[in-house]
Amino acid sequence: MNDAGQDQQHWFDGEAGPVVRPYAMTRGRTSSATRHRLDLIAIVVPEPTAGDPGRDQTLSPEHVEIVERCSASPQSIAELSASLDLPVGVVRVLVGDLVEDEIVHVTRPVPPAELPDVNILREVINGLRAL
Amino acid sequence: MVYGRSDHGRRPVEPVTLKILVAGGFGVGKTTMVGAVSEIRPLRTEEMLSEAGRPVDDVDGVEGKTTTTVAMDFGRITLDQDLILYLFGTPGQDRFWFMWDDLVRGAIGAVVLVDTRRLADCFPAVDYFENSGLPFVVGVNCFEGAGRFPAETVRAALDLDPEVPLVMCDARERESVKEVLVTVVEHAMTLATRQREHAAAITT
Repeated sequence: MNDAGQDQQHWFDGEAGPVVRPYAMTRGRTSSATRHRLDLIAIVVPEPTAGDPGRDQTLSPEHVEIVERCSASPQSIAELSASLDLPVGVVRVLVGDLVEDEIVHVTRPVPPAELPDVNILREVINGLRAL
Repeated sequence: MVYGRSDHGRRPVEPVTLKILVAGGFGVGKTTMVGAVSEIRPLRTEEMLSEAGRPVDDVDGVEGKTTTTVAMDFGRITLDQDLILYLFGTPGQDRFWFMWDDLVRGAIGAVVLVDTRRLADCFPAVDYFENSGLPFVVGVNCFEGAGRFPAETVRAALDLDPEVPLVMCDARERESVKEVLVTVVEHAMTLATRQREHAAAITT
């Protein structure tokens, strides 16, 4: 019996994929309750009024992790997905929960079919040249 | 304490985020290009398909497979405290077009990276951006040893619209990639200005 237990420790590795299926973290949900689809480059900003997320019993460890990472410096959905090693879809659902609970808000990138301000584009050009 | 910034009762500046896409065939140097200018090592983000019930996920030939992951590499350039530019390398396979729709939304424009030894690899990307109306430029990645063709030859081979900029570049060189990105933004600006003038001409 003990041997079996030992074997189990080595049974899976990084290549075997995640032990928990990603969408288990969202309780099977594949889309979030928020009205707008969260863009890959939407920045997640913790609300200053929100308390310590670690004490909130309704939040999963992944929710808490997202809030803590963004408190250090606000991050985009894409960056969160990469740093937490979670599919973008899962991060969207989890961030959607946090938005609903008013623990974080997200910045709205340029709306579809709308062109960025010419002044911003000029800033981008100058910024790139100055790199 | 990380919440310290709110002590002053002032919200931190929330950055404006923009994105430029880097498209092209497999192995043409998309991630290299992103890495040449990104301040972070290119990160990889994944999206899982079919669990989300995407009807267009074509799994012909891999019927036994129930999930697929699509990886996108991306980088970040902080241009200013409140202005961040993200670069996304698009997934190469044609069957992931729907992901492009997501990427294209709100993008400034795109670079289609071309290897003249495998010119046809970039056709789908050129077609896609022509149809979606996203401003794009063609960057001919001049690998060492790759035969150099005059710009006009490549332009003719791609049957490019005359106003689409075509530039020679080296995806490994920071300065070269910066120039390509500047070309994308300038092209987007030209098109945006023209659209505004056109709209103004109609209303008056």
